[in-house]
Amino acid sequence: MKLELRGITKRFGPLVANDRIDLVVEPGQIHALLGENGAGKSTLMNVLFGLYEPDSGQILIDDKPAKIKGPADALEAGIGMVHQHFMLVPVFTVAESVMLGHESTRGAGLLDLDAARRQVRELSARFGFDVEPDAVIEDLPVGVQQRVEIIKAMARDAKVLILDEPTAVLTPQETDELIEIMRQLRAAGTSIVFITHKLREVKAVADVITVIRRGRVVGQADPGAPESELAAMMVGRSVMLQVDKAPAQPGEVALFVRDLVVTDRTGARVVDHVSFDLARGEILAIAGVQGNGQSELAEAILALVPATGSMVLEGRELVGSSVREVLDHGVGFVPEDRSHDGLVGEFTVAENLVLDLFADARFRGGLGMDLAAIKSNAEARIAEFDIRTRGPEQPAERLSGGNQQKVVVAREMSRPLRLFVASQPTRGVDVGSIEFLHRRIVAERDNGTPVLIVSTELDEVSALADRVAVMFRGRIVGIVPGDTPRDVLGLMMAGVPYEEAQRHAAEHPTTETLIEQDPSAAAAAGPEEGEVP
Amino acid sequence: MTDELVPDRAAAPPAAPPEPSSEQRASSWLRRVSSGEVLTTVLAFVLALVIGGILIAAVDKKVTAAAGYFFARPGDLLGAAWHSVSGAYAALFRGAVLDYQATTVLKAIRPLTETITTSTPLIIASLAVAVAFRAGLFNIGAQGQVIMGAVVSGYVGFTFHLPPVVAVLVALVVGVLAGAVWGGIAGVLKARTGAHEVIVTIMLNYVASFLLAWLLTTSAFRVHGSQEPKSQTVLTNAQLPLLFGSQYRATWGFVLALVAAAFVWWLMSRSRLGFQFRAVGANPYASRTAGISVARMTAYVMLASGALAGLAGAVQLLGTSKYLTDGIAGTIGFDAITVALLGRSKPGGIVAAGLLYGGLSAGGRFMEVVTGTPIDIVLVLQALVVLFIAAPGLVRTIFRLPAPSADVEGALA
Repeated sequence: MKLELRGITKRFGPLVANDRIDLVVEPGQIHALLGENGAGKSTLMNVLFGLYEPDSGQILIDDKPAKIKGPADALEAGIGMVHQHFMLVPVFTVAESVMLGHESTRGAGLLDLDAARRQVRELSARFGFDVEPDAVIEDLPVGVQQRVEIIKAMARDAKVLILDEPTAVLTPQETDELIEIMRQLRAAGTSIVFITHKLREVKAVADVITVIRRGRVVGQADPGAPESELAAMMVGRSVMLQVDKAPAQPGEVALFVRDLVVTDRTGARVVDHVSFDLARGEILAIAGVQGNGQSELAEAILALVPATGSMVLEGRELVGSSVREVLDHGVGFVPEDRSHDGLVGEFTVAENLVLDLFADARFRGGLGMDLAAIKSNAEARIAEFDIRTRGPEQPAERLSGGNQQKVVVAREMSRPLRLFVASQPTRGVDVGSIEFLHRRIVAERDNGTPVLIVSTELDEVSALADRVAVMFRGRIVGIVPGDTPRDVLGLMMAGVPYEEAQRHAAEHPTTETLIEQDPSAAAAAGPEEGEVP
Repeated sequence: MTDELVPDRAAAPPAAPPEPSSEQRASSWLRRVSSGEVLTTVLAFVLALVIGGILIAAVDKKVTAAAGYFFARPGDLLGAAWHSVSGAYAALFRGAVLDYQATTVLKAIRPLTETITTSTPLIIASLAVAVAFRAGLFNIGAQGQVIMGAVVSGYVGFTFHLPPVVAVLVALVVGVLAGAVWGGIAGVLKARTGAHEVIVTIMLNYVASFLLAWLLTTSAFRVHGSQEPKSQTVLTNAQLPLLFGSQYRATWGFVLALVAAAFVWWLMSRSRLGFQFRAVGANPYASRTAGISVARMTAYVMLASGALAGLAGAVQLLGTSKYLTDGIAGTIGFDAITVALLGRSKPGGIVAAGLLYGGLSAGGRFMEVVTGTPIDIVLVLQALVVLFIAAPGLVRTIFRLPAPSADVEGALA
């Protein structure tokens, strides 16, 4: 099936999210849609999937105009979509999930689960999904849940499959498996629209790359083009993909963490006897796949979750303190989810910039607050961090992700720090802001502050870390130098100890290392990784 | 709305974000409604007046009679309807603001002072509800807190012989404290154990109202030798002084209401405590991460809210009622929720909304007497205003207003 978007325009008030976008997806092609967050990729796909109605433009299927008024029409037309956040019911089985929305029944209105089971088995066998029809969704790992989403789409005979940022939640190894699945689907004649902002993946799998910037198509690129060229197209100017940083000059150890244990509500140990040291003037990155205890480790430092063990920062025990005490002791904290934990959305930029500083002598005025000082502070921070806002009085929720993050980082860096902790400091942030934030973090390190970064993005870990602590199931698998190859880190993230990971990585290079040498060789690497059944 | 259908994937973290709990959703709805646009509020009132007019016409006997021969003389129906509706609304105005048919100027402005009298406790109690709203808490218990404020200030007011000024101040302060305790119970329970403030405050309303009923049977409260369920009268020294002289019922309580409004404005937009209240209300998670103790703020908010409601009760008793009865609080505590919504939880808006509400009540009584239109119409008007304000989308659709830009940007932000 050939899919064509012609002159799609979608406005939200004054904002033009999609500006006369043309896109042709040929049958059996992997078409990458590359663009920064907020460039309009997801809006475009939501138009295609019928969730938004375009203001103008046409969708053509096999050169015939198609009316897509909602997801039902899209599915009918053979367009399937795998959302970034899976649309699955946790307590359903795989088969139930697949039949949800087009339940087939046998006489007397009974659900025909057997048919759904057969369908799952059949698709699973055809594409090597390895999904058990009676498994319950909530018991499945994220990578397998994603396959269930793909099966759902394929079960409805999707000819075009839209994958919205599919690799965001996957380990490098799971990403390889997904890439292999995408190749198989392509071989079977399914077209894939692959939305991403990750350059490596695009280069590994795409046949055609369309780059979108600020709602417009800025051009097509060849998968063989160098990453720096793709990044420049995406951002509109040349960007530094590597952070310029001098070798660390670690001073004395400032933070001693010993046998830290965090137990969650169900009684499971999410952080399991973690110990490490952190010196002044060094960046320690905690790497790991989402959900292996790194987030809880960061939260435990700020006393957001109760912990046992010991954490001594410059002579003071932090375990058992309150959040206020930890902040007052000079810990700067950038939470993982800025809109949830970092900002009060309806508060102004100025108010958010003093969210944990409002009681500071600088901003006090009698019993009240010194609004003038708060405003001038905001103006200074906005200038210093290049926060793009209409002014200090704009509500923070109106800022783009990158600017919101700058507000949080600016606030946390606007007081003397004994320790800087940042969880996913650049998640959902545009490339331009990533560059800026990384430079600020390195500058903070060079000021002599110990820096702890929690990140699931290997790019970020490699860019920033002087040392990397890899976490798996609540434990630190190993603490390794910052320049450890991605393959080795990837294996460690799956729980493989350092030495073994090194050996294994040498024997079985993954797509990611291969594409740097030869893109065509990447195809061969896929199946080798199919160790996880 | 589109932003609920399609969560923005670009800015959201890759891990599935936790679904907002129903409580969170309710409080965000609460804040959205309570901070709606002025225009929608005004239009909601206009709509309510229109529908109220239809109802007034429908229950009018002359209109019903004219409708019987509508096809013979349609003009009669329209004439009768116009006469009935305009007469009723004119009476409403005369009863609430200015009786332009009165013989003297002093009598002409009497309705305005009645409106002030009716709205005084309402304004204060609405401020109480609004402080909680802004902090993300639903204080349904203003009624109970008003009762407790009235009971305690009344008891002190009729029991202790104190010098002038001191007597009234002491009576007011104990009323405030009683309200604070009653609200604080819900706050502390929520902070300590997570008990939902809506449930707890509703239950405390019952406790307060039955406590009052029981107290009125005791000798400490009841007039000696009387069987009536009514308390002794507050001593003169403890009564709030009249504001415009003995011709009118309005007291200095109204000035207290305005001072309370100014204080709440300062508290919520200028003080450090209010900053924390608002932060906790808007995003408890970010507040916690910023070192604000959400539990402590919850307790403080309910203390502050209860204190204001207690003041409302004290003012009602020491100013207007002067002795306790079962119905001392009327429906002040519940109307306060409406007024706080109507005033968009802003002190200025609440003063305006409180006066409007008080005017509708005062005018409604007058209207019933003059035109025979049932006062229930006023209740319908009040209910309709609230209904339309709670459904801004409906008002926007009826008047073909564009959606506020906040929603649209929210879809992308």
